[in-house]
Amino acid sequence: MTQVKDLTDPSRRKFVGASVGVTGAMLIGPGIFLHQVAQAKPDAEAVTDKVRWGMLVDTNKCATGCDDCVNACAKENGWANEKGPDEVKVQWMRKVDLKEKSTGREASLPVMCQHCEKPPCVDVCPTGASFKREDGIVLVDKHICIGCRYCMMACPYKARSFVHSPVENHDDYMPRGMGVVESCTFCVHLVDKDKSPACVTSCKEKALLFGDLNNKNSEIAIRVAKENSRQIRQDLKTNPGVRYQGI
Amino acid sequence: MKRIIYEEIEGKSRAFIKLAAALLGLIVIALSAAYYMEHNGHIVTGMNNQIVWGIPHVFAIFLIVAASGALNVASISSVFGKTAYKPLAPLSGLVAIALLMGGLSILVLDLGRPDRLIVAMTHYNFSSIFAWNMIFYNGFIAIVIVYLWMLMEGRFNKYSRQVGIAAFIWRLMLTTATGSIFGFLVAREAYDAAIMAPMFIVLSFSIGLAIFLLVLYAAYQWTERPIGMATIKRLKNLLGVFVAAVMFLVAIFHLTNLYAAEHESVEHFMLSGSGYAFIFWVFQIGLGSILPLIYFYHPNFKDDVRFMLRGAGLVLLGGFSQVYVIVIGGQAYPLELFPGYEVTSSFYDGEIASYIPSFPEILLGIGGIAIAGFIVLFAVKLLKFLPTSLADEDVDPHYRHKN
Amino acid sequence: MIQQFNTLSLTSRLGVIVGLILVLVLVTPIFADVPKPAIPQAKGDKCIADTDYMRRNHMDLLLHQRDLTMHEGIRVREKSLKNCLTCHAVYNKQKQAVSYKDKRHFCNSCHSYAAVKIDCFECHTSTPMAKDKNSGI
Repeated sequence: MTQVKDLTDPSRRKFVGASVGVTGAMLIGPGIFLHQVAQAKPDAEAVTDKVRWGMLVDTNKCATGCDDCVNACAKENGWANEKGPDEVKVQWMRKVDLKEKSTGREASLPVMCQHCEKPPCVDVCPTGASFKREDGIVLVDKHICIGCRYCMMACPYKARSFVHSPVENHDDYMPRGMGVVESCTFCVHLVDKDKSPACVTSCKEKALLFGDLNNKNSEIAIRVAKENSRQIRQDLKTNPGVRYQGI
Repeated sequence: MKRIIYEEIEGKSRAFIKLAAALLGLIVIALSAAYYMEHNGHIVTGMNNQIVWGIPHVFAIFLIVAASGALNVASISSVFGKTAYKPLAPLSGLVAIALLMGGLSILVLDLGRPDRLIVAMTHYNFSSIFAWNMIFYNGFIAIVIVYLWMLMEGRFNKYSRQVGIAAFIWRLMLTTATGSIFGFLVAREAYDAAIMAPMFIVLSFSIGLAIFLLVLYAAYQWTERPIGMATIKRLKNLLGVFVAAVMFLVAIFHLTNLYAAEHESVEHFMLSGSGYAFIFWVFQIGLGSILPLIYFYHPNFKDDVRFMLRGAGLVLLGGFSQVYVIVIGGQAYPLELFPGYEVTSSFYDGEIASYIPSFPEILLGIGGIAIAGFIVLFAVKLLKFLPTSLADEDVDPHYRHKN
Repeated sequence: MIQQFNTLSLTSRLGVIVGLILVLVLVTPIFADVPKPAIPQAKGDKCIADTDYMRRNHMDLLLHQRDLTMHEGIRVREKSLKNCLTCHAVYNKQKQAVSYKDKRHFCNSCHSYAAVKIDCFECHTSTPMAKDKNSGI
């Protein structure tokens, strides 16, 4: 039996990656690369828990009626053109409009998978398809998902959607199909290439900030240490990776 | 008490063949419905991203919970030593297996990817109560088959007590796990309660025995074998106790919730502010619990076998309604992400979800019942499950001739 | 022979009939004349391993790599499904890559012969990816 040829060359790859990254950072405007590019993860390396990906949403900058982030997510991940009635449509993220009952104050914010540290969806999945990656991103392994929808019952944030009808045009980077459950992946295919999620990139008001919560020097870590922020349903102590300001 | 003789039913009459054909027909229709759902996706059902578990799950949970309860009669004879229930033990085990297989079939056929059943069997996440349920369900079938074998083969009768105890413990774990499917969900206000597990156990006693009573009576009437009032009465009185116990636990559940301001709105929804409240009060409590108790214990009705049967049927209606309210009603109430806020979104946040069961789902559910019925029908023809006579003089240890 | 057959019990007669059917079903395909599949030649030289190895073990490689990528974030371009599809793409007369629905598709050409249904392409795209995507990697 012939040996499988190992074609990866980590050192060369790192150099190429770093130089492309630096050049790119200089060429493309600020706000696209929101975390350290010099720490480019080589492709062949596994993710570790040294990193914990998180997001900070400043709802003061979020306008009611604006859903640029939702549309960007839909386009990036291939769920924009779903057919069928609204109740069965997949929604990886949605804009929620709030009005405080006692004061009348209004706010608007995007809600997506909160990428909890202790995800209830991971606990209840019978096959282990719903899992949390070492770096904190909660994903559905659609290869072993049997479509039982128990994770949808368990999620306190209603983050998950079930695909009710056949998927016609398959997205190149986000494979998805009928009969399995899916949710926001923090654009893991972009994050693994040191890019930001599509929603973050698309926000004109810079309301969304993505980064490594474990890295004390990252913008997100500095901000959450200094400014007030909270998690949705903090009482459940799932410790989501998504934090909100202004509510 | 005379020695009990067990014998297969003849199973050659036209009525038998018609019943078998009807059940087979329902099964074929259910399989076609399942194929239709699998091929076109769940968009053809009434289930959606708000109500993710629908009528098939109501049927499945009803059957699975009833399955563990149907084994009770056998457990009472083997574990608790009540000889009066002994002749009923083999049928009890059979009905338990049949109901479980019916319920499991529905569950598996409703999956988004039923072709991945092998994946479900080989990938286990042991922190998931759902995965534990799968182990319990399959183990239950295995244990009850062994139990039946111990009961039905003379030289192994001496082991029936130990295996019976094992089966009893296993079935308690099974029903606890089934109740915990809901009890472990912190996200949903209508679930997240430790009482779910014991409530499901007592519910299983109730509906399992009701189904057993009806199946037993039908089997003896249709094969024209004698069945005495003593047996029916004993079962009926026991059923009444279970019905009352279920009502008690339901009352405790709601009273406890009503005490907390946190649960005020969900309790209002479940008890007075929705269609589910109507189903709860009229079907679960009124027709499904109070009326059967009247039929079972009131002097005017308690000795009339017609009312015993009607009562058992109503208990089933009540149990089905209870599962419906729990499964569907619990999902219809919106998740409260932002307490104290009015919420709107494109994903129905803050809105009460609506659900209308579709035909394929209902047909699939009925098919599960048909599968259970078919299994019982053929098993009693192939093997010696039914005693030739359950007349009072043959089975009642306290029987005294009236003259 | 029919006379002897008729003297057997019902169960035995059923058994003989079932046995005969089984033999027929299992043996007759040997005489079937299904043409061997025309498996399209891939671009370039082997990238992972030689043809014999791949023919037998591609499924194991796919599954293993899938788990590594999914659960550990290991994304090696050469071992990705996208890369397989780029070299093994089959083009029609309009120079467009055919999808899995087409019998000429590389995976389909052998799998339809072997009658082994695969469900990769329920979710994954079965043609080489478009070059001009915004998120271009």
